[in-house]
Amino acid sequence: MVTAEQVWAALDEIPDPEIPVVSLVDLGVIRSVDVGDDAVRVEFTPTFLGCPALETMVRAIEGKVGELGAAADVDVVNDDSWSTDKITAVGREKLRAAGFAPPAPRLVRIQSHVHRCPYCGSTDTRLENIFGPTPCRSLRYCNGCRQPFEQFKTI
Amino acid sequence: MADQRELLLGLADDELVIGWRDSEWTGIAPLLEEDVAFSSIAQNEIGHARAVYERLTDDADALAFDRALDDYRCAPLVELRLLDWAHTIARRWLYEVADEIRITALMEDADVGGLAAKINREEAYHRMHAEMWHERLLNEPRFRAAVTELWPYALGVVLPEQRAALASRVGLDEVDAVERGSHTDDFAPLLEEMTMVRRSAPAGAQW
Repeated sequence: MVTAEQVWAALDEIPDPEIPVVSLVDLGVIRSVDVGDDAVRVEFTPTFLGCPALETMVRAIEGKVGELGAAADVDVVNDDSWSTDKITAVGREKLRAAGFAPPAPRLVRIQSHVHRCPYCGSTDTRLENIFGPTPCRSLRYCNGCRQPFEQFKTI
Repeated sequence: MADQRELLLGLADDELVIGWRDSEWTGIAPLLEEDVAFSSIAQNEIGHARAVYERLTDDADALAFDRALDDYRCAPLVELRLLDWAHTIARRWLYEVADEIRITALMEDADVGGLAAKINREEAYHRMHAEMWHERLLNEPRFRAAVTELWPYALGVVLPEQRAALASRVGLDEVDAVERGSHTDDFAPLLEEMTMVRRSAPAGAQW
């Protein structure tokens, strides 16, 4: 019998298809794991609704749970339960270390609009483009270390 | 409930079609930044369409692509084939202002409120983009003319009871709206193009 802890650990090994430095668990998109008699029910919330990696992630969850000898019943939940505040502290640090500025907490962003460079830590940065290579990213430039960087959007 | 279904179908069709129109700038936008922006916005809008279609049916692709032309409920604003940047930006701005009014109203809905709120988080960035352009072009006669021309179409995006709020937000007087229900001449060729892959692979295209 597989335990919920084993499932969480297995899901933590699935990299995000577009930003593979973080796992699905780091991103906070796994809302719940419920081990039932017949199947492991996993509630999954996409980050952005138009994310093209959605099917890939669902298949990866099914595959990982399958490796534990259980069947996965993945429920994609399109409600308002995910925001960038769900990204874990570990996930935020992995993003920063890889050159992605982690999203500002929603409260901070609304109050101050401070964006910190992931390389040198300066807050003297400017917006180059609201949009970037994927829907979840903006492009910014650090005036401190003269380095362009990608900013995970706060949503 | 029939009204609710009609409302959601109109919303999903609007998002699908505006997304398609936005995507027409991929590769040819006048600025590289706008190429990225329009492509990204298009992706979001079509994602919203899919999520709303999924609330109405188990087969979102069939609902999105297999209907007869007359069964689409999109507002004429999103159908228009606009080749001019001033008109394109005028439509994006008008659409986002109108869309904010209806999406925030839907956030109060017990059934789809959560989905509307999720859509709204993403739309916030579309609005920032639209407002940035609006601010930049505000005093350009060509842009003002495009806004005036598209204004009756923009009113058709929202429900009659939401139009006073839209007029106040846009700063124009209410006029007769171009209502959803009938289609512009631009829609048939758009639908033809939009459904081409679907018609060529009815069982579903594999990539």
